[in-house]
Amino acid sequence: MNLARRPSWGRAVMLTVPLAFLGVFFVYPVLTILGRGLWPGGALDVSPLTEAVGDPGVRAIAWFTVWQALLSTLLTLVVGLPAAYALTRFRLRGASVIRALVVVPFVLPTVVVASAFLALGVGPSLGAMLLAHVFFNYAVVVRTVGGMWAHLDPRDEEAARMLGASRLRAFTSVTLPALRPAIAAAAAIVFLFTFTSFGVVLVLGGPTRSTLETEIYRQTAQLLDLRTAAALSIIQLVAVLALLVVTERLQGRRHVALRLRPARESARAPRTIGERAFIGVNLAIAVVLLGTPIAVLVARAFDTASGVGLDNFRALGTIHASSILFVPPDEAIWNSLSYAAVAAVLALTVGGLAAFAIVRTRRAGALDAALTLPLGVSAVTIGFGFLIALDEPPLDLRTEWMLVPIAQALVAIPFVVRITTPVLRSIDPRLREAAALLGASPRRVWREVDLPIVARALAVAGGFAFAIALGEFGATIFLARPDRPTLPVVIFRLLGQPGATSFGAAMAASTILLVLAAVSVLLVDRARVADVGTF
Amino acid sequence: MNRIRTALTPLALAAGVLVALAAPATGGSQPSRHVTVRLVTHDSFAISKKVLRDFSRRTGIDVEVLPAGDAGAALNQVILTKDHPIGDVLFGVDNTFLTRALAEDIFLPVKPANVRGLAHVPADLRLDPSGRAYPIDHGAVCINDDKRYFARHHLESPRTLRDLARPKYRDLLVVENPATSSPGLAFLLATIDRFGEDGWRDYWARLRDNGVEVVNGWEEAYNGSFSAGEGNGDRPLVVSYASSPPAAVYFADPQPKTSPIGTVLDTCFDQIEFAGVLKGTEHVKEATALVEFMLSKEFQADVPLQMFVFPARADVGLPAVFTKFADVPAHPASMTPASIGRNRERWIDEWTDTVLR
Repeated sequence: MNLARRPSWGRAVMLTVPLAFLGVFFVYPVLTILGRGLWPGGALDVSPLTEAVGDPGVRAIAWFTVWQALLSTLLTLVVGLPAAYALTRFRLRGASVIRALVVVPFVLPTVVVASAFLALGVGPSLGAMLLAHVFFNYAVVVRTVGGMWAHLDPRDEEAARMLGASRLRAFTSVTLPALRPAIAAAAAIVFLFTFTSFGVVLVLGGPTRSTLETEIYRQTAQLLDLRTAAALSIIQLVAVLALLVVTERLQGRRHVALRLRPARESARAPRTIGERAFIGVNLAIAVVLLGTPIAVLVARAFDTASGVGLDNFRALGTIHASSILFVPPDEAIWNSLSYAAVAAVLALTVGGLAAFAIVRTRRAGALDAALTLPLGVSAVTIGFGFLIALDEPPLDLRTEWMLVPIAQALVAIPFVVRITTPVLRSIDPRLREAAALLGASPRRVWREVDLPIVARALAVAGGFAFAIALGEFGATIFLARPDRPTLPVVIFRLLGQPGATSFGAAMAASTILLVLAAVSVLLVDRARVADVGTF
Repeated sequence: MNRIRTALTPLALAAGVLVALAAPATGGSQPSRHVTVRLVTHDSFAISKKVLRDFSRRTGIDVEVLPAGDAGAALNQVILTKDHPIGDVLFGVDNTFLTRALAEDIFLPVKPANVRGLAHVPADLRLDPSGRAYPIDHGAVCINDDKRYFARHHLESPRTLRDLARPKYRDLLVVENPATSSPGLAFLLATIDRFGEDGWRDYWARLRDNGVEVVNGWEEAYNGSFSAGEGNGDRPLVVSYASSPPAAVYFADPQPKTSPIGTVLDTCFDQIEFAGVLKGTEHVKEATALVEFMLSKEFQADVPLQMFVFPARADVGLPAVFTKFADVPAHPASMTPASIGRNRERWIDEWTDTVLR
């Protein structure tokens, strides 16, 4: 069963929608801003690029950007992979809650996390930077790889053991190949996030460290040197493209059809002391790594002049109440949720269609790479690109609220694609064949076989997309948006003012944000569990 | 069935959201004699709702505020879009960026006669004689000291820039990186103004040897390293604002009788913020009216407690928390915008070489 037998308009939509979205909201704005730098007055001038490549300062920055991202990715994998195993292969009480809670760091504004790190005595240093990168991206590995791991049939590995393979051998020759696409996907995303990380580098890297991202920001937003910014952006793009080609190789070479099982069946209770110890160590790491900074933050939210109390939460409703910048907390929460909902639906639509196209078209791996590209391009380049490219009807969107969820969706789409594609790829074609043989129409096959399986992956992806949008990443902070402040905006504003009340209120708002994130992911996961029966 | 419902819920939610978000926009497009003026500004802009509402009621002009990042990002966005302006008025260009704004010619000249409040603004704030950029507020960037720390350690607070380099204040100062922070740049300018082109690098070398800490942003300095900030840091001296002492009182609950922090008056540099009508606006008259309104007594009197800066007009009274707790430098350092515009990049590079390498 392949696409050839499906109605051709279906394939056209699958390809056109993602390509159009990417073209209008990414390629066109980025080319426009690069054009301002490299085609001044209509003639190509590559001298900024040759100057930048020849500049030892720029070379050092580029090299540092690459190796800190590689190291951050490696560390995140080392910490995250065992946790993914522990949290998905063993039946643990509360494992689903933990899997939801690990997403929380992902939505927290970097300033807030950095201030928690500083309060813990982790001052600006390379180590602090790397640690923060692991903190933020732990969830990417645990959930992307864990999502796949949960559905691997344990009998495959058991069969290998039965045939005499050692535990290691069974893992490396049965489980690892099956997981490889998910690991590659997670690693690529972590690399891109840390490669373009901004707040963490600025606050926890300290003034002596700069990356391509912070340098592009400085050249564009401070110095208005678009020539240098364009040159740096191109260096950034080339590095990202190289990475995507490598991971595409790792990911797509083998389309393993796996017999996926419901997570409920693949998980089992821990049996030996070793297994319990393994789980314990991983939980301890998660608690210390993720829990401590979050605990500091929450403790500060409840810390008042007169002991533990709700004063900071109350202050959130009264501080600056007369000011135009004031929004009642419930309104900020509503703004955050509604932007995030729109962004998640956009991302699911575009990313979901793209995932189907990728799986069903032979050479669509390029589409996957293209949709991932926005993660590796500077937020300031995209934000300023929006500004100068989308400036004429029918696309004068520069000050429209819609631009915010669009920018958020750009970041979320790669997650949707990368969470759903491995699952889609692993659908056993025999299932479809069997359905067809039993007389199901192609549409029915899709609905009965593909959809139930992919719905679960889409639910995970949707939860992630929603969480990303809640934290309002990237380009959105460079957009002149009509004032409909979200929680992260409220937090930034409060942190920009001195005084115990402002700071306490900022911590209270952060606490609300992290609770929202945890609850929304828990709900999505819950919907997923209810669905498993149809597997 | 269940499955379909699960799948449809987010769609329904999103559809509801779309409708809800779109609703105000539809309301605004209904026929009305109100004109909407878009005010592009930085993220720290604030003013009372009531003040803007009064303005709208009186003039029929609605104001839509568009925060666009920090001061540099907001200005650069306006410059990049000058062919299709994203707004009608820009507020928040400071004296360190003024030359760029004027050179890029983003502002429409307005007859000063049309901006009546200007007559009450002291001459040293009126830096643009061409009538394009109007000073709205100013505030000094200064060293703040943690009074409790110095009392506890029986140490006198520093009085001058030179004091900061003395051994008894070793490891006590935290400053912001001028490459990434606007108070950081203002403080660098204060030192260049004081020690001159020949002496400022030596001064910073002495500060470096005396253990100055550099962080990238005001938040990390004030709420991270500063001992009287919220992070319980270990540095009792920080580059912040002359308005930080009143802010530390105003934003505390309960409010203390004296401010826990003070200002070292010899270390200040005055930051002046300007507004102007953007070229290409379709609402010249209304945009001009907004700029004029920003120099009205009503707006000016509202500025201190909203943005924690001082009004540009000298004839506007200050709120009690300012008169009681703010020490105002009589002669803050200053520098012509042209000189800042010409040298800023070189100074920042030289500072980086001196202090960070």
